[in-house]
Amino acid sequence: MKILIKNGIVLDPEQDIEKKLDILIENGKITKIAEKINLKPNNLIINAKSYIVSPGLIDIHTHLREPGNEEEETIASGTIAAAAGGITSVFCMPNTQPPIDDQTSVEFVMLKAKSEGVVNVFPVGAITKNRQGEELTEIGELKKAGVVAISDDGEPISNSKIMRRALEYARMFDLTVISHCEDKLLTKGGVINEGRVSTLLGLRGMPKEAEEIMVMRDIILASLTLGKLHITHVSTKNSINFIRHAKQNGLQITCDVTPHHFTLSEDEIEKQPYNTNLKMNPPLRTHEDVKALIEAIKDDTVDCIASDHAPHTVEEKNKEFDLAPFGIIGLETLLPLSITYLYHKEKLPLKNIIKKLATNPARIFKLKDKGSLKIGYDADITIFDPYKEFVVKSFSSKSSNSPFIGWKLKGKVKYTICKGNIVFKDKNN
Amino acid sequence: MKKVKIIINKTELDKILNRLTKLIVKKYKDLNNLAIVGIHTNGVYLAQRIVEKIKQLTNKKIKLGYIDITFYRDDIGYRKNIQQPKDTQIDFNIDNKDILLIDDVLFTGRTVRAAMEQLLEIGRPKTISVLVLIDRGLRELPIYAEFVGKKIATTHKQQIELLLKETGGDDTVVIYTK
Amino acid sequence: MLRQEHKFIHKHLLELQSLSKEDIELILETARPFKTLFTRSIKKVPTLRGRTVVLLFYEPSTRTRTSFELAAKRLSADTVNIAVQTSSVQKGESLIDTAKTLESMKADFIVIRHFYSGAPYLLSQYVSSSIINAGDGFHEHPTQGLLDIFTIKEKKGKVKDLKVVIVGDILHSRVARSNLWGLTKLGAKVVLCGPPTLIPLDIDKIFPQVEIEYNLDKAIKNADVINILRVQFERQLEHLFPSVREYSLLYGMNKDRLKHAKNDVLILHPGPMNRGIEITTDIADGLHSVINEQVTNGIAVRMAILYLLSIANSKPKKELPK
Repeated sequence: MKILIKNGIVLDPEQDIEKKLDILIENGKITKIAEKINLKPNNLIINAKSYIVSPGLIDIHTHLREPGNEEEETIASGTIAAAAGGITSVFCMPNTQPPIDDQTSVEFVMLKAKSEGVVNVFPVGAITKNRQGEELTEIGELKKAGVVAISDDGEPISNSKIMRRALEYARMFDLTVISHCEDKLLTKGGVINEGRVSTLLGLRGMPKEAEEIMVMRDIILASLTLGKLHITHVSTKNSINFIRHAKQNGLQITCDVTPHHFTLSEDEIEKQPYNTNLKMNPPLRTHEDVKALIEAIKDDTVDCIASDHAPHTVEEKNKEFDLAPFGIIGLETLLPLSITYLYHKEKLPLKNIIKKLATNPARIFKLKDKGSLKIGYDADITIFDPYKEFVVKSFSSKSSNSPFIGWKLKGKVKYTICKGNIVFKDKNN
Repeated sequence: MKKVKIIINKTELDKILNRLTKLIVKKYKDLNNLAIVGIHTNGVYLAQRIVEKIKQLTNKKIKLGYIDITFYRDDIGYRKNIQQPKDTQIDFNIDNKDILLIDDVLFTGRTVRAAMEQLLEIGRPKTISVLVLIDRGLRELPIYAEFVGKKIATTHKQQIELLLKETGGDDTVVIYTK
Repeated sequence: MLRQEHKFIHKHLLELQSLSKEDIELILETARPFKTLFTRSIKKVPTLRGRTVVLLFYEPSTRTRTSFELAAKRLSADTVNIAVQTSSVQKGESLIDTAKTLESMKADFIVIRHFYSGAPYLLSQYVSSSIINAGDGFHEHPTQGLLDIFTIKEKKGKVKDLKVVIVGDILHSRVARSNLWGLTKLGAKVVLCGPPTLIPLDIDKIFPQVEIEYNLDKAIKNADVINILRVQFERQLEHLFPSVREYSLLYGMNKDRLKHAKNDVLILHPGPMNRGIEITTDIADGLHSVINEQVTNGIAVRMAILYLLSIANSKPKKELPK
């Protein structure tokens, strides 16, 4: 089976390529990149004229909800949504029921993904048993079973000693610890950022400092242990400043931000009061924080952009603000929001965006043959039109808890190719 | 521009009020048992003037009260342009009194009905009569005014307004077509 | 010609934040004639005959619920009480489903008290009945704010330029928020007083003109009005103050303290009071106290709200003659 992608602008930050090239795919691998490749017309030829052809996007932070909450999302529906969003690899977080905290549960996810998933699924294992922050999981066994990182995402590890041990121990497996930074005692009962809007709406606040304290703690522990630390969904200006400073001091730490944190601020909750699709953790912060995140994306303090795709059913979300669960979906808006806000609005080169959506994730988490369009690499390819405008309407995800419904965005995915298979094709091609 | 026609001028208004005052004094043998209640807004001013005129004529000070019928309207929930309610102020016992309700224009009869309903909740008067400056016809309820300043045949399209000095007018009654 | 009057155009009463100064003044003006009814032997008017008012209370409340019920009844509306314990709320029925059921029963008004902020707002998005917020979480308690302001205006003849001190747990107080909106819109000088742990973050960004003073004696200096909030003992468990005893020593209103305020200062309290804690009995029952009058005024204000909302939500059936 051969596929030829013709006339597209190939954009591969790792090889520093940004020009019109043709790509040939054979048996799920990239076999040739050249100015002009010709193939007999009976082969599958994609005309990618005026489209960008990039390495398949890698979302390092999603919740696929299987096992346990299949009414919200499944590995099947979540990977279809990923494909629709131009994403060829997703990291699924371990806060399932039961959590991914032992070899068996990793194997379950891998097997399910193999049989039902349309894109690559890389499980993230829990750091502690039952994600309770008390006892380390069998990290070596998890690694053997296939996890690409460990995290107790959603449940920060409050006990600094456990966090220290996790960073130390995971080092020998070259596993990165993904940290959700939150001091739970400071955020207890909180539902949005603490400040003007929480005061206005009478909602309990989650202070920024709850995140920042833990970011600082984790940086200090990373420097103590020399463990690999990745701070996920960074949302405040100070967090970013701490990380920037740590990087300048030569620490091997990385971080990601989500599109909602660099596009929305708490002001949006004032405009749409008590809209539970604006409830997520970390909460939407201030305008000043949004600005700082964008600056950090521009100066490469931010390594990755991740969706924190967190599906919830309508029934769960249509509730009193305090009772609704945290989280919004994001797989299908990850690329368009990045293109609209970073490329069109902030004039960040597309190359830098792709770097944070594909190249860096693959390198930080050591994904073999991914994140680049080198010959011999997996044929995971995203083809998109960065200028095509569309209105966010419906989703392939099982859930539709998105605050971006009705938004006009630019950056339409045209084809998603995963290991040489076309897993998504835009209807309007 | 709507065409505004004066139907009662300043002199005529005063004459009418004098005539009505004489009729009141003639009708109510026991002026001590009479109480006058003006319906907000113009009825209040007319009532004040008539009480003053009775005083000049007989040296008797008639009890005076004001009534706002807003809460007793029968069209609440059907129209948005309802005026802000004002205070109903009747500081005397109306039981067994002869009540004379005063309003500017008698039209459908609904205002008088509402005023009567309210009065009957406040007490049990001996009699209730009605005085209006203008009776423009087109009644929708069986309401009758004993004292009428002037009768005018009108249509629903017409509007009648009493422009009293107390509200910045010049003591005239005008008619125009909406 | 008639002068142009201000029209109340809101479908719901969810908060004072979104009301204009003119709206608030109209409500106060409308409440006044309702209050005069209370001196009659028949305290009832037929204004809302046939209308249904549902009182949906997710939080226990005697004062507010009774006040709304009397207000509705004095307007001749029918009232239905939904007590949370007996309703299907206990069976896990969602707020939206409950509201839809009530709507299907043709409730014209739903008066809702809820422990979560924004619950009335949520309702208003899903049902066509007129929603009246009777207190939601820490957000607002608009009718309480209005009755406080009505009481102040009645006693002082004005609101503008008065120094009004709100004392206590501002952080968790919907009464404080509604008072803040209403009072600042009408031009009062508001001072918030309480320990820093009970003053919400960034309140100065929302009300830049409002003063914050932690010391009660300083705060009430030359005060025209002092509105004392109820202390909730469970806040002690959240480490917001060390003990009720210390709170009472620092923020309890008593005779000695009151000397700092103006001679004709008014004392308000939304009730129910913790006598001897945030307020001593001699102050609560003393000359300056208008606490009982607040209760009376509450009914008049709520009648005005029901009345104005029903006018604003009128559905003309056909052209009616003027």
